[in-house]
Amino acid sequence: MAKLINDIKEKFNKQYANIDKRIVVCGGTGCIAGGSQQVYEAFQKEYKKRGLPYTVEITDGCREHSTYISKSGCQGFCAQGPLVSVGDIFYTKVKVSDVEEIVEKTVMKGEVIDRLLYVNPTDQKHCKTLKDIPFYQKQHRILLADCGKINPEDINEYIAHGGYEGLAKALEKGQQFVIDEMKTSGLRGRGGAGFPTWLKWDLTRKPQSKVKYMICNGDEGDPGAYMDRSLLEGNPHSVVEGMIIAGFAIGATRGFFYIRAEYPLAIERVQKAIDACYKKGLLGKNILGSGFSYDLEIRFGAGAFVCGEETALITSIEGNRGTPRPKPPFPAVKGLWGKPTSINNVETLANVPYIMTKGGAWYASMGSGKSTGTKVFAMTGKVKNTGLIEVPLGITVKEVVYDIGGGPLHGDKVKAVQTGGPSGGVIDGDHFHMPITYESLQEIGSIMGSGGLIVMDETDCMVDIAKFYLEFCVDESCGKCSPCRIGGYQLLGYLNKITDGTAKEEDLQKIEEIATAMKRASLCALGQTAPNPVLSTLKFFRHEYDEHIKDKRCHTGKCKNLAKFEITDKCVGCGMCKKACPVGAISGEIRQKHSIDQSKCIKCGQCFNTCKLKAIIRG
Amino acid sequence: MSQGTNTREDISDIIKKWKKVEGSLVMMLHSVQSRLGYVPRWAAMEISKETGIALAKIYEVLTFYSFFKLTKPAKYQINVCIGTACYLKGAPELLKAIEKYTGLKDGQTSEDGKFSVMGLRCIGCCGLAPVISVNGKIHGQLKAGDIKTILDEATKGE
Repeated sequence: MAKLINDIKEKFNKQYANIDKRIVVCGGTGCIAGGSQQVYEAFQKEYKKRGLPYTVEITDGCREHSTYISKSGCQGFCAQGPLVSVGDIFYTKVKVSDVEEIVEKTVMKGEVIDRLLYVNPTDQKHCKTLKDIPFYQKQHRILLADCGKINPEDINEYIAHGGYEGLAKALEKGQQFVIDEMKTSGLRGRGGAGFPTWLKWDLTRKPQSKVKYMICNGDEGDPGAYMDRSLLEGNPHSVVEGMIIAGFAIGATRGFFYIRAEYPLAIERVQKAIDACYKKGLLGKNILGSGFSYDLEIRFGAGAFVCGEETALITSIEGNRGTPRPKPPFPAVKGLWGKPTSINNVETLANVPYIMTKGGAWYASMGSGKSTGTKVFAMTGKVKNTGLIEVPLGITVKEVVYDIGGGPLHGDKVKAVQTGGPSGGVIDGDHFHMPITYESLQEIGSIMGSGGLIVMDETDCMVDIAKFYLEFCVDESCGKCSPCRIGGYQLLGYLNKITDGTAKEEDLQKIEEIATAMKRASLCALGQTAPNPVLSTLKFFRHEYDEHIKDKRCHTGKCKNLAKFEITDKCVGCGMCKKACPVGAISGEIRQKHSIDQSKCIKCGQCFNTCKLKAIIRG
Repeated sequence: MSQGTNTREDISDIIKKWKKVEGSLVMMLHSVQSRLGYVPRWAAMEISKETGIALAKIYEVLTFYSFFKLTKPAKYQINVCIGTACYLKGAPELLKAIEKYTGLKDGQTSEDGKFSVMGLRCIGCCGLAPVISVNGKIHGQLKAGDIKTILDEATKGE
């Protein structure tokens, strides 16, 4: 079995021996948006112009001493894109106009172009390679290690990096071996709930049924999270391999990728990966001569957040409105078309090949307590370095935000970190020393979630944030059960009263009552977790709620109806704010302190943004 | 897009391709929308006729998923990401700037069919927040002041 894999590996390495240098252009969605496709094409043009040997694909025909110009998946450092690496040298924010210089200096002479290096904002150090960048130093990249190195559209390179060895091993050693290794590894569902993966597989394996299904949940709907997209785009074969191993372990005949239609590039790359597997005999009948037959196909999501819930997802694949149904029966017993089905998240599945090759014990050696291994987070918000990070579980919030993220964006204090998206909650400053595990997050009223990690500073209003998430859940509620449909709507009504300045103190108690009812009585996780952002901000930032309700004030100015703008003595009377005001609410003589007529002010904040002297305060 | 014979044939090919596949209604609608830009009533009726799925059920699915469109898309589709990262970094200001330029609020389409403005949930470009896309092309790390330049550029030659 392993022979076929080995043959491909050897052949690839032989062909690769002709490659002298490699230029990798990041082809993740973020970098493509920044123009990386044009940069990729410009490199080819430049090589052609100079008559230098290059290739864009590793084949038999590679000339000796060629440069391999390849694309990669998302490297995680999206804010600095488009990213280009020439050998070890790592360039950021590369434009088409830089390409000629890169070829001339870096490729031909080995010189480093300082201008294109990443400058560490804390010490102004220019970083020559990835290893020099603090953002990468503190990470522990396993799943993301090959994202950004290998060409996601070349199955041979994936195999040359050890790919499909895990599958060969699994097929050779049998179902029990796979489940035992998974149990040893302690891997838990990375979609957020943290259910042990081995147990889910074991429960699906047990029922006697000729037909069983395997589903990969790629309906990543959390706003502010893009781990799954990056994995599917950056290393699609790792997820496909995970899907085949999982299918084998539970005895499935068919598997489905359920991917959001909003991720066209992910769909394209996964389809290419599936096609390549069929060609190599890694999918279809009698895989690698093991007697195991298995087919994979893609089904598209269509923009419904609730479809991330497993029973809703199943209903959607069946071609219906994606509404959830009560459990039990669990999908392991009665899933897709009534057959036993296992549904696993993209990141969970991507871990599987590594656990097979390196062993469950290796995996369990990382992490903390019952939360083993690493977790990918999408760190965004008010932090210097935003992007995709992979860290061992058990790392503290402080390490993530300050060491990897580089600290607050504008020097304002980091007020809170939000995890778990619309189903999660906030971690306040007093808990930044807390290790990130499934249990610790739950304890303080948040959840691990799929991996969105949003950093908030003093300029963010926590009531406004809670309202933002709740609006999302109300919008996405499928309407099937009343606690979620009506409860969410009513809860939002109270929050609107608070941000409008019309709420009373006793409303807070009502909020708690509705939230508790929703948590207990909703049909699926969407409704059960929708009040979390409200409850958790209420727990840690009650003073902000009080400020809105009692003082009718929002110190961040986010809640427009409560905002109040005033001009201080710093004003020199330049007249800029007077010009900017769309309603003529500002008056004053030139070179004299101006003032705002509060009855005319519409709280648009134009004056605040215009004033260069910071003479206007809001709050 | 006209309702010429080619279009009709394409739709009937799509239906033929998916008809026998179990649970393929959602996929069929995806294919129709990617061909026509939206799912017109005649196409939904064609699907119903060919597959025997009740028209009401087809509309049940179409209206449930936010991805499906029932009206012809505007010439310039402006989508504004209002995912968390973009929201925090100024998506509401971008929407305001777009309203200033097009006169349209979130969810509206201009009467002449030139512009449509839609707030989208996360498009996964959080590292570039705030982000908008104009006919699929993504523009990131924007300030309200950039909107005019982007839309001027996109509609150049009008």
